Amino acid sequence: MKLDRDQVLHIAELAKLGLSAEEADRFTVQLSAILEYFELLDQLDTGAIPPTAMAIDQHNVLRKDSAGASLPVETVLQAPRTIGQFIAVKAVLD
Amino acid sequence: MELYELSIHEALEGLRSRQFSSVKLTQAVLERIAQIEPKTQAYLCVAQEQALSSAEEADRRRAAGADATLLGIPLAIKDIICTEGIPTTCGSRILQGFVPPYDATVIRKLRQAGAVILGKTNTDEFAMGSSTENSGYFTSHNPWDLERVPGGSSGGSAAAVCANECLGALGSDTGGSIRQPASLCGIAGLKPTYGRVSRYGVVAYASSLDQVGTLGKDVRDNALLLQVIAGHDPEDSTSADKAVPDYQASLLPDLKGITLGVPHEFFGEGIQTEVEQSIRQALDVMRSLGACIIEVSLPHTRYSLPVYYLISTAEASANLARYDGIRYGATDEQAREIWEAYRRTREEGFGAEVKRRIMLGTYALSAGYYDAYYLKAQKARTLIKQDYDRAFQECQALITPTTPTPAFRIGEKVNDPLAMYMEDICTLSLNLSGNCGISIPCGFVNGLPVGLQILGNAFDEVTILHVAHAYEQATAWHLQKPAL
Repeated sequence: MKLDRDQVLHIAELAKLGLSAEEADRFTVQLSAILEYFELLDQLDTGAIPPTAMAIDQHNVLRKDSAGASLPVETVLQAPRTIGQFIAVKAVLD
Repeated sequence: MELYELSIHEALEGLRSRQFSSVKLTQAVLERIAQIEPKTQAYLCVAQEQALSSAEEADRRRAAGADATLLGIPLAIKDIICTEGIPTTCGSRILQGFVPPYDATVIRKLRQAGAVILGKTNTDEFAMGSSTENSGYFTSHNPWDLERVPGGSSGGSAAAVCANECLGALGSDTGGSIRQPASLCGIAGLKPTYGRVSRYGVVAYASSLDQVGTLGKDVRDNALLLQVIAGHDPEDSTSADKAVPDYQASLLPDLKGITLGVPHEFFGEGIQTEVEQSIRQALDVMRSLGACIIEVSLPHTRYSLPVYYLISTAEASANLARYDGIRYGATDEQAREIWEAYRRTREEGFGAEVKRRIMLGTYALSAGYYDAYYLKAQKARTLIKQDYDRAFQECQALITPTTPTPAFRIGEKVNDPLAMYMEDICTLSLNLSGNCGISIPCGFVNGLPVGLQILGNAFDEVTILHVAHAYEQATAWHLQKPAL
């Protein structure tokens, strides 16, 4: 599977990852080579095989929803931009 | 013998018999770090004051009549594990300045057992790599040859143990990140079964594969460390609610009644001849200790590399979405609106390999490609796991090389990501199956250590520790130290 530069930029946008022009060129070549190697998997007939999401069988692990001690605000609040005890973000809406 | 040269169990004898204090031991190791660190660059951060104050506390506890499994033992921690009050960067610029407000469960358990935390060791950024060359800060050096990599991603921990810059260390292993650096540095490194050790407070790379484990100067030290960190944790829903056996009791001197399987897929093409010879000689030693050696097959091994890189990158792309420059870590100051802030923070904060893996994973999960890549890989993972299940019906443990070659040169593989991925060819199928494995030294090629890998069934760390210990005690590879 060969990726072209537009696909690479599209994937970067899905991941909200800025890329320099040089990175976009380099990744187009490198990711294409990696995906070509991964075509090895096409040799494998997995039609009737169930997928494995996790190696050790565990389902619906729940614990009691009991309140414990909280961490102090001054050590938890490490945001680069804060206003008082709030985290400040850039404008979300125009 | 200098105090920093001691293994954990040797140091415990000295501490218990009052030959020296934890403060004296910790000071000796801190001085060793100051002397050796310019050569190895194993540590991202040395927490000297906290370490000495923990050592004083350990000495007070001992003077008051207390004892504990690791009371007064100075250890190094891979910088992927959260440590309260000590910076945790995951080797990434994007977490520069982050100081965790709490300890990971494994750190809490180490502290309760009396351990002294020396500092945080270098890692490939977010544990993605096999050499520490992907660290956002610097590359660590192999103590056996400073021009070569220590392996990765737990390369700082492995180099620190090898160079006597700590008595033991914690690492994490997602595709071989404990076993491969242990192999390249000639020490013992254990990846426990998925679920054996809590991951609460351990920064996630690939959640269905990540596991915390131990690195030590010998097998007994790994057993001691595992004893402390293993066990169920209500804070980690993937940790297994299973009893933890006595790992010291498993360290028997012979291998009578043990059947070991040799999977032929891990030998031959791609494995350096001298490495294979070392493994074959180790098998002779194990046979002489009473083990029965049989040939087995893991037929889907050749698919494990694409399966691993599809699953791990997909999970990484989701896990690393949280680094947005808003709640902690580095941020971009120039952006005018939020989407631009995300793009720029992540562009500036992540290194090339992390970006490459986020891209691969995002692609594998994206609309139209999910079935062809991610789902296909999950199905192939089932076949790889079934291979192991079948093999463990015939034998109790498997013997393979840990890496295809000894340590490679710094810079040798940085421009060829696929060649770097091949470095993990012998280790990553074990993470897909969830089983446990250990690497121990079994020889040298041109002055560089060769690693022997012993793979065990799920939650059967007892058997791999037993096999590793019996072989280690019958040989002297673990006693060889680099001239630094």
